[in-house]
Order: sequence, then structure tokens, then C-alpha cells
Amino acid sequence: MAAAAPRPLRLLRAAVRSPWCGFALRRTWRLVVSLAALVTAAFAMIHLIPGDPVRAALGTTADPALVAARRHALGLDQPLLHQYGDFVGHLLQGRLGDSIGAQMPVSQIIATRLPATLEIAVPAFWLILLLAIPVGMTAAVLTKDGRRRRGELAFTTVTGVLGAVPEFLLAVGLVAAFAVALPVFPVASQSGPASYVLPVLALTVVPAATLSRIVRVETLRVLGEDYMRTARAKRLPARLRYLRHALPNLLTSSLTLGGLLFSSLLAGTVLVEHVFAWPGLGTTIVQAITEKDYPLVQGVVLVYGTAALLITFAVDVAVAVADPQSTVRGS
Amino acid sequence: MSQETRSPQARPREAGTAPRHRRAHTLRTPVGVTALTGCLLVALVAVLGPVLLGTRAARIDTDAINQASSAAHLLGTDNLGRDIAARVVVATRLTLELTLLATAIGTVGGLLLGVAPAVLGRRAGRLITATVGVLVAFPGLLFLLFLATVFGVGSTGAVWAVGLAMVPPTARLVQNLTASVAGADYVAAARILGVGRCRLVVRHLLPNIAEPSVLYATQAAGGILVAFSGLSFLGLGVQPPQYDWGRLLNEQLNRIYVNPVAALAPGLAVVLTGLMFGLVGEALAQAGGRRAPRPRPAAPRRAVTPAREAAADTVPDAADGSLVQVRDLRVTFPGGRHAVRGISLGIGAGEAVGLVGESGSGKSLSALALADLVPHPGRTGARTLRFDGHDLRADPRLGTSLAMVFQDPMAALNPALRVGRQLAEVAEVHLGATRAQAAARAADRLGAVRIPAPERRARQRPHEYSGGMRQRAVIAMGLMGQPKLIIADEPTTALDVAVQQQVLDLLAEVRADSGAALLLISHDLAVVAQVCERVLVMYAGLIVEDLPVTELARGAAHPYTRALVGAVPTMTTDPGTPLATIPGRPPEPGEDGGGCSFAPRCDRARERCHAAAPELAGFGTGRRVACWYPVGTTAGASAVTTSPEGETAS
Repeated sequence: MAAAAPRPLRLLRAAVRSPWCGFALRRTWRLVVSLAALVTAAFAMIHLIPGDPVRAALGTTADPALVAARRHALGLDQPLLHQYGDFVGHLLQGRLGDSIGAQMPVSQIIATRLPATLEIAVPAFWLILLLAIPVGMTAAVLTKDGRRRRGELAFTTVTGVLGAVPEFLLAVGLVAAFAVALPVFPVASQSGPASYVLPVLALTVVPAATLSRIVRVETLRVLGEDYMRTARAKRLPARLRYLRHALPNLLTSSLTLGGLLFSSLLAGTVLVEHVFAWPGLGTTIVQAITEKDYPLVQGVVLVYGTAALLITFAVDVAVAVADPQSTVRGS
Repeated sequence: MSQETRSPQARPREAGTAPRHRRAHTLRTPVGVTALTGCLLVALVAVLGPVLLGTRAARIDTDAINQASSAAHLLGTDNLGRDIAARVVVATRLTLELTLLATAIGTVGGLLLGVAPAVLGRRAGRLITATVGVLVAFPGLLFLLFLATVFGVGSTGAVWAVGLAMVPPTARLVQNLTASVAGADYVAAARILGVGRCRLVVRHLLPNIAEPSVLYATQAAGGILVAFSGLSFLGLGVQPPQYDWGRLLNEQLNRIYVNPVAALAPGLAVVLTGLMFGLVGEALAQAGGRRAPRPRPAAPRRAVTPAREAAADTVPDAADGSLVQVRDLRVTFPGGRHAVRGISLGIGAGEAVGLVGESGSGKSLSALALADLVPHPGRTGARTLRFDGHDLRADPRLGTSLAMVFQDPMAALNPALRVGRQLAEVAEVHLGATRAQAAARAADRLGAVRIPAPERRARQRPHEYSGGMRQRAVIAMGLMGQPKLIIADEPTTALDVAVQQQVLDLLAEVRADSGAALLLISHDLAVVAQVCERVLVMYAGLIVEDLPVTELARGAAHPYTRALVGAVPTMTTDPGTPLATIPGRPPEPGEDGGGCSFAPRCDRARERCHAAAPELAGFGTGRRVACWYPVGTTAGASAVTTSPEGETAS
């Protein structure tokens, strides 16, 4: 039967049977399901709020006619399924409704605020990698085989304490130290390049400390593997052994474990932005929640949630490309 | 294994003795003491704070608005003139109450949701597992903000939001725990006996997951404290006139320029209390024996000094034309464990030598010592260690003249790098080849070990190779240069029989082509007999016999070699006869009675064998044996004064 099938069909079958395809299907399916859950949750949010969300947003003294008009504008007078269909339909066109407070399209508000968030989140992301990997690897090389017990203790203590400090408290500490006590950087708000330093640092230090611990443990594991002995048997210089033979192997496992750090980095921007009065999405959502501007909250939750899911997806794919073996084994 | 099969009722009885002792012990460790002190301190502040300082914290003083820190007001005053230090102390109670409340909600919710799949039917269980899986994919804070929107701004809403945000990760943990417990034999037994689902959960599942769950909840409480403070800090949690640490931080942040301590104090309180929760979790984990206490550092590594002092006699060996000269090679581990106890051997150029012995006899370590690859913390020492005319200790750079083939080809190649790359780098580093030259040579060498389509295969990674092909690739790696010696450590053990033969043929072929000598380590006498010319037999870290391979089958002089040969069934062995074994076990390293180490297992042993260890001494032409009473007769049995021939015949 299979032999009689036309060539493209056979190729397709072979492709479907390949582990890569299985992996891609599984991961894409997981992404789609999670996105669907996110959209549904964002839609459901406004209906889960006890009482009348429009009345709550406009205040108890609002004109009933105004409330009815706003309710109609939000589509809340329609049957639930109909509303859901509209919500998803509009979402696919990139329409997120209008903000109750600002009377502006939510998408427009997000478009103006998102860049500020990315401007601190993206540098923080790279800084975390650039700090954690060399620091973790160096610590592992220096403390392997139970050498330098005191250095090991110092490393684990410092990174442990740094990793336990919440980002926003670290941000407050940084402001007190480097903006008030030593007025090197501005206290808050987005201005010149100097104003980026403290927010980015506040986002970086905690995940970098945690990730460097992970990297150290992973490096120690990799250094004990047989193929590192092979590399030693080849009399390769230390530089090649660590950078070429150990790094790719520890990177994949570290990234798998550290993947969650990156999605929580995004959420961490909310608190850090609040400390620095940064005009990003984080301050927007906090303001929106306080003012009960539900369409705006919906929009920002969708943006954050989608970003988190995409980051997780990207990390999974990156790990799969770097370490095909784990993909073949299936996970 | 006994743990799986014993009934759960056996657990409490055991729990009475060892864990109680462990708990008492943990309380005395630094972590235990710190955790307990911290707990008491925080509890005391929470109980007494509002009673003692409540009025002071609430007193509005319009004459002292927004003051900096002073003797009267340690942390200054806020915009209503209230003392901030007192407010930080008083806020402890509300902060802890809300934290514990939210933790309780999260733990109960997590337990319910986590155990549900085990209680409900398969379909509902799957749905719950999938839902939890989706929820866990989102960052906690995002979920928290979502819930805060739904529950509205304020303390009550925040408690529910923070508590519920903890549910998915807790449920995930509980699901994993129940899944592992539910697979245990006693749960299966209970199920077969028809124990109801709810009873199963209460009697069997919950008691077994209680300990790790409590542990997790304690550590999660620290996270909850931070999350709640964050929410209050954002203005979404506790609302005035109530205040917790987060709210105080929120109020003081705007004045950080004027009075930074006022903003730092509540933050510090959050961090320290969070660390305390972490410590309590740590202490509980230790008490529960979940994490072994840090092992004592190993004995000082330099305590064992290998016999290196006699480095004077390198001169006489240099004249000897052999490729490898080793005298008195020792490998020691901390604590005085001698894995290799002073062996001497020589390998001529182009010679194939087999090194055989049981596992643990030190044969692999001897080979690794030759290649300077003894794993840490082992140390190598030798009186002479020469390879190709160089002292290995003075100039350990063996470069490309020594090739290693390891036992497990699955693990010996780097999974992240292309096979071609792993070969090519040898040429790049040691032969100064360019990248292109090296890549071409790598493909050429892969072809030389009969890997089909070598150019294409060189671009693949090890997982795309079969086991036999990987071993070929490792051999090809050794052939990148001009090896004079190939050390093959059990090269065929991990391969199936059909592939074993191919690899052995390849080794023989490579040797014929390159003229390299071979040191083949194996426990398989048949393999050694096929490939090698001379055999060294190791027992308990010593070479006990050195003989030509032609003598192995019939003419071995050492009783141990004889026993080894006797243990190999041949084609002519009657299938009905039981397999011959060597009674007893080899001595542990360091277990040295002073006599011959094989004596306890030897049926020829006499008093002398238990009293003194025989040296490896010449026995006939080109043979050596370490035995007081070797089997068989030879004219030049120099080590033997009274020939044991008579006994052997009878």
C-alpha cells in the first residue's frame, strides 16, 4: 500500500514519522492550547468580577443611561457566546476594544507603552545571560572536585541571598544606594541613557544570581561526563575544553531550567517599573487595575501572557535545536 | 526494594526512632538554631508589637510631619507625623496574618486540585492535570494580577488572589508526589483489596505526601510574603488606614530622596522574614532527612605521598628500546586506598598487549594512569613512567602519539558537537592544520575506519551514529595523528556481539597499517587471546602473571590465571556441566593482609602464601609470575625453591 502511494505522500508520511515533526506538533499544540486558554481567561475576567463591572468602573453615582451606553459599547448586553465570538473575532483583527478611562483604543495605548518595557526587558535578558554563564562556569571550574570549599560556600551564599531578594526591594535598595546616597543615576522616570541603568540592573541581578547557580551545577555535571575525559585524552587546551566541549552541553540544560526565569523576568518588569515610575506596560496595568479599566487590563494581560508563552516556546525550540537528542527522546 | 514492598503501617513505627533523633539533631545545627530563633522573634514581634507600640504608631503629630530619622523617631515620621519605626513593627502582625492566610488557601487548594486526579475518574483527572499544566506556564505575577483584577483592590481580594495564585504550582507538585506514591505496591494492593478512593487518599496518599507538602508550603510562604508585599506595594493590596510592610513601602517610596531609611526598613523586614521562612523550610527538610547534611571534606589530598622519591633510576631503562616503560606505577586515592599497588610493565613498539582481570582489579586505572587521565582525587606515582623516550611526568603532552579508545562509545563522544568537528580539532590543535585541512582529514579518517559516506557522516552528531559506528569514530579520532600506542579500555564491552568482532578486526587492521602498539584492557579472555601477543593478568592492583598469549589456554602458571581461563566455557565444554566460578571475592582496595592477595581464594595456598607476598619474578623465557607455588614445571622457576610439582600431579 505504502509503496503504491505517490511520492509526495510518502515523503509526507516519513516527515510525520520523524521525531522532529512529532516534537513540532506537540509543542505547537501546547502553545495553541495555552493561547486559547489565555484568550478565554482574558474574556472571562470581565464576567468573573462580582457585580457590574461597568458600574464599578464608573462609580456608584454614574448616570444609569451612561452605564447602559457603556455596557452596550462593551457588548455586555449580548448573549455570552456571541460576546465571546466577537471578542475572538476582534482580537484576530488586532482590535482590543476601547479603554474606559482614557477613551482610547487599547491597542494604541499598548503600542505607545510597550517599547518602554522592552527597552529595559531586552537588555536585562542579554545581561542575565552574559553575566550568569561566565560567572557560573568560572565558579564551577574553580570549585570542581571539591576544591576551594570556602570559595564555593561564598559563591552559594552570595548568589543564594541575592536570588532570595525580591526584584522590587532590590530596586528600592539600588535607588537608595546609587541615586540618593551616591547620586550617580536618576531616581526615577525615563530620560537619558543613565536612567536605564538602575531599572535594567534591578531586573538583572536576581535572575542572574539564580541562573549562575544553575549554570554552576550544570557545569559540574558536564565536567564529569565521559566526553570531557575524551577531550582531555585529546590533550585539548583548557580554553577549547571548556568553551567548545562543555559550554554547548551545559547551555541546553541550563536554558531548560532557566526558561522560567525569562518569562518571570517579563512579569518582574511590572514591579520594577512601578519603583522607577517607568512609562511602560507595567505601570499601565497597575493603573488600569486601580481604576477598574477592565478592557485595558484585558489587553495588557493578553500581551504579557502571549509574550510569556512565546518565550517558553522559543526556549524549548532553542534547546531542541541545540540538543537534538532530547527531542528524539521526546519530552 | 524493601521500601516498595513493605506496608505503609510499617512506616510510623520506624519514624519513632531515627527521625526523632534527627529532628533533635537538626535543632542543634546552625540552620536549625537560626530558623528557630528567627521564628520566635518574628512571632514575638507580631504578638507584642501592636500591644506595645500600637498607640505610638497611630498617633498623628502635626508638628512632626515628614521628619528625617532622629533620636525621637528612629526612622523618621510620615506625612501625618506618625512614627515609621513603630509602624513597621506594628505592621508585622497584619503582614504575617495575611501571608499565613494566603498560604493556607494556596496549600489547601493545591492539595485538593493535586489529589483530585487520583480520586476522580480518568477523564476528569486528565482535564485537571492539563488545566494545571496550562496555568503553570504563565508567570505567577501575571496570574496574580489577573486574580487581583477579578477580586478587586483590597486586603480580602489580595488574600484570595495571592492564595489562588499559589494553587497551580502546589497542585503540580502534589500531582507529581501522588503519582509516585500511587505507583507504589501497597497502594496497588489496597486498590486490589477494594479500598474506596476517598479512603485510599486519606489512609495511603495523604500521609505519604504530607511531609514534602508541608516543606513546600513553608518555603512557598516566603514567596507569598513577597508577592503580597508586592501587591500592597503596587497599591492593589492592603488599603489605608490598614497597613502592612508593602503598603508602608508604597507610602515611603515617594520620599526616598528625603528619607531613604524609611523606605528601606519595610523592605528589609520583608527580605529577612522571607529568608526566615526559607531557613525554616531548610531545617524541616534536614529534619525529614530529605537533604543529606553536607559531607565532611575528604581527607587531605596530599596525605598520601606516592612513591616518587626514587626518580634517580631513569637512566638504565632509557637504553631499553621499548615504547612504554613503567616501573612501580601506583594509583592511590584519599584515605590510603591503593587501587594500583606498584606495577611494572613494558610494551615494545608495535606489540599488542592484553591486560586482563576481574572488575576492580585496577586494570582500567592503570591504563588511565599511563595516559595521565586518572580521575580526581586519584593520584598517580611511579618510579619510571616513560613513553616513546619521554618522561611522562616531565612532559605529559602526549599529543597525537597516544590514542585512547574508551569503554562506552555512547558517552565518549560529545553529543553537542558534530563528529567531524571532534576529529578535526585534534589536527588543528596538535598538527597546526587549517580548518579545511583538518575537516578533510577527519572525513578521510572516518573513511579509513569504514564509515560509509564519511563526508556526510562527519557533519552528523553522535546520536545519529550506531554504537559500533561511534566506537569506530573514536578509533578514527586516535588516528588523526600518527599513534604509536593505542590504549583500548574495554572497547567492545558495550557493543553487541556482531559489532564486537567488527571493532576487533578494525583494531587489528589499524595496527597493521600504522604499526602502533596496542594495550587492550578487557575482562574477556577470548577477545585478548584473539588480538594480543602477550597477556598481563592483574589481581587486586598487582600484575600476577605476564605470559605469551599462546600459553594462556594451557600453560598459565598462576592459579588465578588458571581459574580465569577455567571460567571461560569453550565450544567443547559439555553444556550440562555447571559454569566454573572462582570462589570468594577479590579483596577491597586497602584490604591487605601482608600475604598473597589471592591466597584466601586459592586452593593451592599454603602457610607461606598467607605470610608473605610473592614478587613478580621471571619464570621461564619471557614470562613472569607472582606466585610461591606456580602451576606446572619450568627449569628456571627462580622464585620457587621447593617445586610444587609433586602436588600438581596428584
